[in-house]
Amino acid sequence: MDNQITAYTYIGEGKVVVNKRLIFYQEKIATFAEFIRALYKQEQVSYPKFYKMDSLSKLGFISAELLLRNENPGRFKPGSLAVVLANSSSSLDTDLAHQDSIRNRSAYFPSPSVFVYTLANIVIGEICIRNGFKGENAFLVSEKFNPAQLQEYVSDLLDNGYAEACICGWVEILGNNFKAVMALVEKEGSGAVIKKEFAPLPFTEATLNDLMNVN
Amino acid sequence: MKPVYAISENIISSLGFTASENADGLLSGTSGISIHQDTALYFNPVALSLVDTFQTEQRFEAILDNYKTEHKSGSYTRLEKMLILSIAGALQDISVRAGNPRLILILSTTKGNINLLEDRFTAKFDHKRIYLWALASVIRDFFGFANTPLIISNACISGVMALIKASRLLRSGKYDYAVVAGGDIATEFVISGFQSFQALSSEPCKPFDLNRKGLSLGEGCGTIVLSANPPDTGSTSILLAGGAVSNDANHISGPSRTGEELSMAINTAIRESGFVNRDVDYISAHGTATPFNDEMEAKAISLSRMNEVPVNSFKGYWGHTLGASGIMESAALIRSMKMNCLFRSAGYETPGVTETINVIQETTYKPVNTCLKTASGFGGCNAALVFQKT
Amino acid sequence: MDELIDKLKKEIIAQLNLEDISEGDINPDAPLFGEGLGLDSIDALELIVLLEKNYGIKIEDPKDGKKIFYSIRTMAEFITEHQKKA
Repeated sequence: MDNQITAYTYIGEGKVVVNKRLIFYQEKIATFAEFIRALYKQEQVSYPKFYKMDSLSKLGFISAELLLRNENPGRFKPGSLAVVLANSSSSLDTDLAHQDSIRNRSAYFPSPSVFVYTLANIVIGEICIRNGFKGENAFLVSEKFNPAQLQEYVSDLLDNGYAEACICGWVEILGNNFKAVMALVEKEGSGAVIKKEFAPLPFTEATLNDLMNVN
Repeated sequence: MKPVYAISENIISSLGFTASENADGLLSGTSGISIHQDTALYFNPVALSLVDTFQTEQRFEAILDNYKTEHKSGSYTRLEKMLILSIAGALQDISVRAGNPRLILILSTTKGNINLLEDRFTAKFDHKRIYLWALASVIRDFFGFANTPLIISNACISGVMALIKASRLLRSGKYDYAVVAGGDIATEFVISGFQSFQALSSEPCKPFDLNRKGLSLGEGCGTIVLSANPPDTGSTSILLAGGAVSNDANHISGPSRTGEELSMAINTAIRESGFVNRDVDYISAHGTATPFNDEMEAKAISLSRMNEVPVNSFKGYWGHTLGASGIMESAALIRSMKMNCLFRSAGYETPGVTETINVIQETTYKPVNTCLKTASGFGGCNAALVFQKT
Repeated sequence: MDELIDKLKKEIIAQLNLEDISEGDINPDAPLFGEGLGLDSIDALELIVLLEKNYGIKIEDPKDGKKIFYSIRTMAEFITEHQKKA
């Protein structure tokens, strides 16, 4: 039985695409903060802790919210849904903010709510907390999106019984430059929700690459 | 299940630059944590475990001659020097060629060269070196590793995760060798952050102790070389027998109140190894000495019915070395197995967790054959890894 | 005191990123933790930073925080007391 991508989200160039449907578009983005707030409100996401998150976590969190919205993740056994994300800059966007708060010894006010986000895997933590996901998780870093590496990591989890399904993707942000592509990967016959607009794709390096370049 | 062997290890810490030097340091019982006053790191004195910079420089200059590189010592950051020394140390006594196409480098670090964000370094190094892939590239180029390194940056479980992932890669036949290296340095960035969490102890940390007041930060590197083939010497073999990763799904900085998710990872790792929980004769715990971590870990150990199993934390010797901790501490666990020696848990005097666990109070010689390494980190992540001696 | 309470409401909303909450929503006598605003352990640490940054008051023992940060009013009272001593 093969592994397949049964749902995906794409956030980039002002566009938000969920399973082939364009659900949000901002032609000119003033700031990431405004973009993501507008998306959060349009999609009527309700999560009080959202505004405490840093940019990376907001981006990953919203991607996962949209990805899982109609997928009934409760159908998977507890602890069997993995989360594997990657990016290039790790938590640099927030690292810069933390460094700013300590740059000047006479105005030295490091903030715990900023510092906690100077670890890229916190975005995975936020997704797990939101959904109650207690299984395997990993945050990887590579210079550019590495579909071979991601495909291997996730396939290994699914093929060797470490997970039944996996949310995987690329979540990258630095300042107002951002891109997030997330896919739900599961085995054939696992009861994936059927969607008219999107038929499952084989989980390969090539299809991952295609999703990164959705336009 | 196809066996995966740990064939060599190195540790660089406040106690020394080789695994043997560190084992001697652990045997002597002295902690490498002391109070440091360095205003570049923090305005007040802080309890830290630091690697000797002078020695690092000297040793690095010495190995530059052995490796064909056009670069001078000054073009490497302090962390890069430490990592290179650690990997070189681990490769030294084995017949594995760095350029082997069936070898992968796996790097574990939380913040890499983050000190380069400081104004005093802006002129010295390209800003790009802050990126973890740039750091990995420097290491790769130095040794001539054939494949793109895998970089794991997953808070304090990075090191154990890197070992688990390496063993899975070898088990599935994708590679024959893995050089698993982890490193992190003490920086103003990290110290100030943990201070804002009120998480640092004013004195050397006391894992599992009643009077523990928080963690002590440390820096260091650890390298373990894994092989799909048994070691040349044919005597004792150390195997990575099972591993698992889980998430508390509770809070981004505070651990689970019940410890059940770490317990789940422990049980899964032991199950994969083919053993049962009561076979485990030693646990190298995460033991950061924060009130919450140690309490959660003790609960997890109890849930997994291992209250009697001798347990220690190496953080009383080396402080919390973040991305390096999982590898350094696993390397020390391997030494424990080779020496049949259980090192006392430095800093522990009075039981300080609600579950009764068996914290090692005196360094003891006894058979050590099946061991468990645990780790937990910010973001609610947990990892457990089983080692076996044959 | 009322002026300080209004000031604190604004500052807390900003420091804790409580974007969807307005000053009118906050009852100065309601518990900040638990129910009410549902603040957590990181927020508690942030309030310690707020006191130092905006009022120059350093809290030595974080355990004192429970009493001081019970509600906006208790915070305001604590600040007023400390500013008198200064």
